[in-house]
This record gives sequence, C-alpha cells and structure tokens, in this order.
Amino acid sequence: MKTDTKSLEQALRATGDLKLVAYMMAGHPDKKRSIEAGKRLAGSGIAALEIGIPFSDPLADGPVIQRAGQIALEHGMNVAGALEVAAAIATEGVPVVLMTYINPVLAHDPRRFAAEAAQAGVAGVIVPDLPVEESEPVAGWLRAASLDTVFMVAPTTTEDRLASICEHSSGFVYCVTVTGITGVRKDLPPGMKELFGQVRRHTQLPIAAGFGISRPEHMKALRGVADAAVVGSAVVDEIDRGGDPVALIKELLKGCR
Amino acid sequence: MARNAPTHPVDGRYGAYGGRYVPETLMSALQELEDIWHEAKADPQFQLELAGHRHAFVGRPTPLYAATRLGEHFGGAHIHLKREDLCHTGAHKLNNAVGQALLALRMGKKRVIAETGAGQHGVAAATVSARFGLECTVYMGTEDMRRQSMNVRRMKLLGAEVVEVTSGTKTLKDATSEAIRDWVTNVRTTHYIIGSVVGPHPYPEMVRDLQRVIGDEARDQYLSVDGKLPDVVVACVGGGSNAIGIFTAFLDDKDVMLVGVEAAGKGVKTGQHAASLVGGRPGVLHGSYSYLLQDGDGQVLPTHSISAGLDYPGVGPEHSFLRDIERVEYVAVTDKDALAAFKLCTRLEGIMPALEPAHALHHAGVMAREMGPGGRILVCLSGRGDKDMDSVEEQGDQ
Repeated sequence: MKTDTKSLEQALRATGDLKLVAYMMAGHPDKKRSIEAGKRLAGSGIAALEIGIPFSDPLADGPVIQRAGQIALEHGMNVAGALEVAAAIATEGVPVVLMTYINPVLAHDPRRFAAEAAQAGVAGVIVPDLPVEESEPVAGWLRAASLDTVFMVAPTTTEDRLASICEHSSGFVYCVTVTGITGVRKDLPPGMKELFGQVRRHTQLPIAAGFGISRPEHMKALRGVADAAVVGSAVVDEIDRGGDPVALIKELLKGCR
Repeated sequence: MARNAPTHPVDGRYGAYGGRYVPETLMSALQELEDIWHEAKADPQFQLELAGHRHAFVGRPTPLYAATRLGEHFGGAHIHLKREDLCHTGAHKLNNAVGQALLALRMGKKRVIAETGAGQHGVAAATVSARFGLECTVYMGTEDMRRQSMNVRRMKLLGAEVVEVTSGTKTLKDATSEAIRDWVTNVRTTHYIIGSVVGPHPYPEMVRDLQRVIGDEARDQYLSVDGKLPDVVVACVGGGSNAIGIFTAFLDDKDVMLVGVEAAGKGVKTGQHAASLVGGRPGVLHGSYSYLLQDGDGQVLPTHSISAGLDYPGVGPEHSFLRDIERVEYVAVTDKDALAAFKLCTRLEGIMPALEPAHALHHAGVMAREMGPGGRILVCLSGRGDKDMDSVEEQGDQ
C-alpha cells in the first residue's frame, strides 16, 4: 500500500535543500478533520509527517500541543483511533512517524502497538519520555516490526549518552534545539550549530531539528546545518484556529531552499 | 545511622517499578543529582550539617505520643502517634525540603521549584528557600489554591512565587506536570524539589533516605518506652513519603505489620477516589513506572479526595514493590471516615490532625477494635490540621 513511500532515512536526508517535517495531533480538532489536514499536509511538499497520539499528561509539550491533545481526548481519540488516522494518511506516500508518550503504548501493549503501526503503514515511532536506558523491550518490538525508532538528543545531553542515543536511533536522530518544551519561539538558541556538529560525529543518519521552530528565517538558519526541521506547534495552532496549515508550510518551504 | 540499609533500588528500580521516563533534556540533570546525592549521603560533613538543621530548624526528634483516650475509645488498644505535626511548618515535608535545599546549594543552583497539593510541601520549599536564600517558585492547582488558601498566603509571605495551574484537573497531578515543564526549561539553573517518593530515579530513593528519620526515631522511641516493637505501623499514602519514611526502619522486623492507607474518596467503587495501589494498575506518570489510576487507553484518570495531599493518581514506585511482595498491606479509607477521625482525634486528644493522616487514624481505629486491649499500634501523624479547617467546615456536621 505504501510501496513508493521512501524510507525515513532517505526522505529526511538533506540534498541541498532543508527537508521539512510537519507535526499534527491525531483527532484534533476531530478525527475526520485531522485526517483531512494530514492528507493536505502530505501533499504540501513536506518530507515526512509526525502524527501525535494524545496523552493526558504530556510533559514535553507546551500549551498549544497540550490543548490539541486535550481536545482530541475529549473527542475520544486513543491509540487505536490514531492508528486509523495514520493509516488513512500513510497512503498519500509521505512517511508517517508516530509521536507518543510511553503510557498509552504500555496500556495498548507494546507488541501489539508495533504490529498494528507497521500494518497501518507507519515508518517510525518517537517516544519523548522513553530515553534509551528505558527503551527495551518496547524498542525491540518496534524493530521486530521493521519500524524505525527515533531517539532524541538535547542541548544538555552528555557526550557519552550522545554516542549511545545515536547508536540506538534509526531513521533519523531528533535533535531538540532548545532546553525546554515544544512551542513557537522567536529566535533559535545560540550554540545550535555546535550541537549539530557534535551529533554528526556520532552518526551517519539524517538529523532533524525540532522544538521552537516556526519561521522562514529559522529554516534559513538551519539549512546546511541540519537535514530537516520539524514544525509542530505552529502547524497545530494553524489547524486549531481553522486556518490553512498548507499555506504555512509553503511559506516555510521558501526558507528551506 | 542507618540501622538496616535498604536493598533497593537496584539500577533505579524497585522490582519492575521506578526507572527514569523523562524527556532527554532532564537525563543529565538526573544523573548529576544521583551522583551528588550518593556523594553527599556518604559525606560526614553533609550529614552533620543536615543533623544540625533537623535539630534546630525542623525541631527533631519529634515526640512519640501515647494517645490513651483514642485507645480507650477504640476498645483499649495502645495507640501511639509519631508527632510529625510538630515539625516546623506543621508536617513531615520539611525533613525532605531541608535535605534537598542543601543539595541545591551543593550543586550551585540558586533557584528551586516545587509542586504542591495540600500546600505543606510548597510551604516547606518556600521555608527552606527563605532560610538558605534561594529563589523559589511553587506550582499549585487552582482547586488546591482554593481549598488550602492559608498555605498559599504562607508561601507568599515566605517570599515564594506561587504559580496557579489551570490545566487538567487543577490539582497536584497537573501542578507536578507544570513543575516538570519548568524544570525541562530551566534545568541548568534550577533544582526541582519533588515533595514525595515519586518521580524519576533518584527522587524516590533520595526522598526516602531523607524521610526515613521518622521511622528511625520512632522505632528507637517505641523500644525505649515499651521494650518491644509495635504490632502494626499505619501511615497514609498519597505519593507515600511519610509512609516510606516510617516504614523503612521496620521493613526487616518481620513481625511488625505495615499498613498504608490510601484515599477512597467517595468510595473506591464510585471511581471518585485516589487509591492507586488498591484500585489502579501499573503505568508511567511523572517519570516512573508504578501503580496508577488510568483508563483502558492509558490516559490518567481524574481523582477525588477530601484531602488535597492524597489527591494524586500515582504513588511512589517502592510502594508498588512493597505491595507486590506483600510486605505492606494497602487499604483505602473514605472522605467520610477520615473526617470523623479528624474530629475524634481533635476532641479526644486535643490534637488536630491533617486530613491526610486522619485517613490513617481511622484505619488504626478499625484495627484497634479488631486487636482488642493487647493491641499495639503506631500511627504516623504526618501533619497538623489547621490548614484543613475550611474543608472540614464545608462538610458541615455529618
């Protein structure tokens, strides 16, 4: 069903241009409209789409994504529903990555989650509250289902952990650019280039920058430094206000080239 | 000092429970904290300093009190109360806050943050911040700010900033989430003083180590009064810090029964309760794997308890382990029974307990009646009840 979809690693590797990854929340503002938004985003020129699974206590998220998750939960969204959303969008030919906190996966059963995600055509999974030290056996089930397991590095990550995180990651390495939670910020932090340089020394995988990225000038700053940029809260906010996330993506893509 | 060194955690885990389920940004800070705690714990100078503050600032040792009129009321058993209500600021929370403030200084961090439910931990954090010259921000849910307004005023007078948390259930769970988000953002300059034996490793271990003074003292006091150990030790469990604090010294005393009392709210069957060990199943919240009140999809459920300090859907991972190995028995007591025990203890002993330990007092009464005149019961009276006057009056004369 997704035979012509590129692997995550292929899709996110920068080839002159910076690649763009969009994030949306499954079930926000409701299931049907999140599928529509996802399909439109898939056709907007992005390299991959992250689909969030809502959780009641999202520790790594700022107000915009917290709110979207709350709305999705109020409409009954859960892991099974999010997998349906992902399956409907994955047919568009853009790799889909699920972003979920660990507890809904544990409640669903990690083995079943991995199998069903693969069945839905998902390419990889990111679990922001699952550091490499805690990642087994969940990561094992994901690998067994041929799903990429994307781990995060942060500005506070020490050199020895960096090596271990890069070794455990597949698909790409997610580099959190700011010391903080998700949400749009005016400026990207200083020291970002050094962080990417450090990560590069440990991995051949593409590196995606995330958290706080929302403006065309951020794209310009990341081009030639990261392989891809993840835009989350800005996209979710656009969907929340009933706006057009595709227009936002088109605008950001101008900064990627 | 430690009579029996605890055998857990092993690699941050108590059996299957515990761990470190946090965003990557916090991982190095948790490692630093673990290293510095183990270093401080082994440092005689640190222990000396801690002992000095415990004595002159906290007011330790706290007395062991024979509650003879309560004992008579319940059929003649011997009931003793470990008087943590007599700690400075009115609860056991200061034992932990003093230790963590010293650690913050040792790490060179000038700002601390805390979450609070009943406000007792927030007051303790604000108090040590005033004492040691730290900047302090306390996160507290709107609902708890309403029912514990006196503690909000105390924290502000002590110089802390109190941030109202309006998300989710507006109680302790959401205050904790918000404190963690602050920590993720300010981790380089800020130490997070978690108030209970919850959260990612090393918090459950560190807070236990700082609270075990309760049981270490109580065990010695009990032996010196009676020459024997109690038959049973009872403590209330929200996150579980006063309970772990008193239980730890007795874990190797196999003949001493240990009972943790959770909040049954309007009744465990109604779904409106906060009894994670009695009515939950394991999951991950706030960085550790432990019993948790959650729905079938792994979403954390709203909780209810008349006592803000017990109104929390999770519980410390060591309690989950102690439950599974059946070393501690966990039960749940309703709002109504806790209120009655609050009033009874106030009238019979002239001691107004906080609503949290009132849950333990009720269960102690139940056990006293079962055990009869020979029964020997030790209760951790974790805090005083002045803060709960409004909540008690709201309930009328039921």
